[in-house]
Amino acid sequence: MDVLLGIGTRKGLFLARSKDGRSSWNVSAPQFAVADVKALAIDTRRETPRVLAGVLDSHFGPTLVVSDDVGETWSEPDDAPLAFPEDTEAALQGVWQIAPATDAEPDVVYAGVEPSALFRSADGGRTFELVRGLWEHPHRPEWMPGGGGLALHTVLPHPRDTQRIAVGMSTGGVYQTSDGGASWKPTNKGVTADFMPGELPEWGQCVHKVALDAETPSTMYLQNHGGVFRSTDDGASWQSIDGGLPASNFGFPIVAHPRRSGVIYTFPLVADMERFRFPPDATCAVYRSEDGGETWSAKTDGLPQVPFWAAVMRDSMCADDADPAGIYFGTRNGEVYCSADEGEHWKLVVDKLPDVLCVRAAVIG
Amino acid sequence: MARVHLPSMLRTYVGGEKELDVDGATLRNVLDALRERSPALERRLRDESGKLRRYVNFYVNGDECRTLDGLDTPLGAGAEVMILPSVAGG
Repeated sequence: MDVLLGIGTRKGLFLARSKDGRSSWNVSAPQFAVADVKALAIDTRRETPRVLAGVLDSHFGPTLVVSDDVGETWSEPDDAPLAFPEDTEAALQGVWQIAPATDAEPDVVYAGVEPSALFRSADGGRTFELVRGLWEHPHRPEWMPGGGGLALHTVLPHPRDTQRIAVGMSTGGVYQTSDGGASWKPTNKGVTADFMPGELPEWGQCVHKVALDAETPSTMYLQNHGGVFRSTDDGASWQSIDGGLPASNFGFPIVAHPRRSGVIYTFPLVADMERFRFPPDATCAVYRSEDGGETWSAKTDGLPQVPFWAAVMRDSMCADDADPAGIYFGTRNGEVYCSADEGEHWKLVVDKLPDVLCVRAAVIG
Repeated sequence: MARVHLPSMLRTYVGGEKELDVDGATLRNVLDALRERSPALERRLRDESGKLRRYVNFYVNGDECRTLDGLDTPLGAGAEVMILPSVAGG
């Protein structure tokens, strides 16, 4: 089994390969070394896997590049692969999410960007067009930037219906379409917004990440700016599932197991001002639930001993598609860990990298 | 006609050329012409809304264009435009 792990950092992209059951890894030198790489995808729907990366050069701006030879060479069109149309008077600030669609649309790839917008590619991620239905949504002028900017950071194509897509924005919340992107409605009922006064809003939440259940996509999981939530009705309503997590309830990523229903992972952080955005008790721990968030257990075997002060960003945790599934996370202090047994035991892949912004992994051979 | 001098990291988008001779009465005209000639280069100098990228400097006959008339800086005969990334990074 040949597993590719892409690691996007504040200073470049690192590609790791393992051919021994994810026990040891060969890690490349950085590519795009002066750029931040906060979006990656490994598209295994193609005969040759395609790696896609959102690259933001601080001098020369953002772009999206693809490689069909596992990072040996990269290409992009002469014209910008992603650009706002002239009439929008907007300019791309960065790519936050690259999401290949389902097998039913093998050339379709979605991109979530800053400022918050969704783009769609019909040629495997080489060129994209703005999804106008979301851009022209009447709520858009009131979506406000969070600490990281105003970004559409989560794109979830429905696994069984090509017309349905869910997106997550900070701030803005979760919006969904069931007509291929022409119209969108907010689906945030029950999700808290403790930075806004008054009753819970219909939209405007600072959603950090959303994941779909592997078997039952009407079940969704959400790591919010405050709290972790589950919906069992396609996002129509959300209930808290953070009772079994540390009292903190802040965090960025949430990952669903690729096949096992109800199995989810997160990396909690503390929200109070004393230990602002640090792991609870300065302990490096992934929390796993096997019952959709009713109960959680801390997984620490093989992870660093206390004190541990690094956070894990919203796309810096992922699962691969192997069996058993590999779970991965990268930290803001440049460490990347892998569990080859679905979270029971962990092993360092690489450390001393720049701060990790995203990880993606897949079996490529 | 202006002579545009490129930093090394941008030459890859024009076949390794260090300098380009480009027609245009203003900096904007020159960049518009570059967009036709080499969109991969031009989009690294301006975003799609037409704004100069913040950390790219354009010296027109030795003066940074933002201290002159920005994109509307006139370019006389034989003007020299030097493009340099600003000091940034770490």
